[in-house]
Amino acid sequence: MAVKFKDGVVLGADSRTTTGSYIANRVTDKLTQVYDKIWCCRSGSAADTQAVADIVKYHLDLYTTQHGKPPTARIAASLFQEITYTNKDALSAGLIVAGYDDKTKGEVYSIPLGGSVHKQPYAIAGSGSAFIYGWTAKNFKEEMSKEEVINFTKTALSQAIKWDGSSGGVIRIVILTAEGIERLVFYPDEHENF
Amino acid sequence: MVRVNKPYHVSLAEFLLQMLQVLGVGVHDDGERGRTSVGTGYDLSNSVFSPDGRNFQVEYAAKAVENGSTSLAIKTPTGVVFAVEKIITSKLLVPNKNNRIQTIGRSIGAVYSGLLPDGRHLVSRARDEFNSYRGQYKEDITVPYLIDRLGNYVQAYTCYNSVRPFGITSIIGGVDGEGSHLYMLEPSGVYWGYKGAAAGKGRQSAKNELEKLKYDELTSKDAIKEAARIIYLAHEDNKDKDFEIEISWVDTVETKGLHQFVPEDLLAEAKAYAQDKLNEDEDEDEEDDEDEDMDN
Repeated sequence: MAVKFKDGVVLGADSRTTTGSYIANRVTDKLTQVYDKIWCCRSGSAADTQAVADIVKYHLDLYTTQHGKPPTARIAASLFQEITYTNKDALSAGLIVAGYDDKTKGEVYSIPLGGSVHKQPYAIAGSGSAFIYGWTAKNFKEEMSKEEVINFTKTALSQAIKWDGSSGGVIRIVILTAEGIERLVFYPDEHENF
Repeated sequence: MVRVNKPYHVSLAEFLLQMLQVLGVGVHDDGERGRTSVGTGYDLSNSVFSPDGRNFQVEYAAKAVENGSTSLAIKTPTGVVFAVEKIITSKLLVPNKNNRIQTIGRSIGAVYSGLLPDGRHLVSRARDEFNSYRGQYKEDITVPYLIDRLGNYVQAYTCYNSVRPFGITSIIGGVDGEGSHLYMLEPSGVYWGYKGAAAGKGRQSAKNELEKLKYDELTSKDAIKEAARIIYLAHEDNKDKDFEIEISWVDTVETKGLHQFVPEDLLAEAKAYAQDKLNEDEDEDEEDDEDEDMDN
């Protein structure tokens, strides 16, 4: 999931990767950097989403050299969208793109399975998201403080982990603001009793 | 004249030309340059440098532009105004048709002097660039990036034997998220950013006038009038020919960021202003003449 707040955006994810009923990785990092302050949350096929993120990363790098200026989250979202749409039959990728720049003060784009783009104040995706649609809709507020938004994200993800068998492990959070990039990890013994 | 450093292959045309030279027949020299390198064969092909480091085909392309009708553009803090002098070559041509200024996309316009079909082709290419950029990034191309792409495109036409350079100097400008932009692109592929740009036959007198404008204070509406005035003035050296004037603009406020032709009333106003200013100048000249008479 990714959430816009007062100072920027936060991205959050659990850390479980499964192959059937087997947990292939319990400390996965699903929050992937594609540019300095443009990140994405990957859900669906690990292989597909890693590949797509790599391609977008390349394009954003190219964009920087060609234009002599950094890309926006909107540009990144457009690239993700184009790839997921043109390859919709082959891909299983649910992506959320979030980025911070001084002009927009943070943006969140949701790019679900078919390759559409949705600019949203917050977005959730992946198997666990089904369990927290109601909770997030009820508890989301515009312009939350950093502390509030971290709490919001942590609570939502802890509920997703609790009810979804395919989600679990630690909660990873990335915070993108004018200050910089901050990373947080919350272990199960903490969020299980949240 | 015997040449050293002969290119490896010599075409039939080159050979004949050399023969003519040897016989002293029809050796045309470019008086302006006062060099003998013209007509040595180095000017027949693209992508071949002459021994003194010039690419003649590109220089000839620039010549084609110099004789073209005058075009110009003015950059203001909020937009760009384009204007072009259209020489009326036949009374049968329909007035106010046969447009010379073109739109590349939404907020980007272009005008050029030189071989018009070359300009059409470049604009077509620019539109392709515009659309493919939108396809990829879902937002409009910025003017500086577009001009860079076009610069590369035009430059490629100076590198191959199978093609000739573009016979146009094009003035391209518009507005984007970063404000107003104006560039002029030459047959060599080089481009520069300008506050005011002019190309074609009347460029010299147009540039003199453009240099006098106060670009930081200029509104796009005023720029329309100035553009008209300068086109009228630049036409003075070519007085025997009838002409029409075409003006377009793009402004973040006045045209809501769209490149379009100026409305009829503004055009009429600008023409009247241009005519007035021209008459004023002429009156002053006459007065000067009178003064001189009195001195005598």
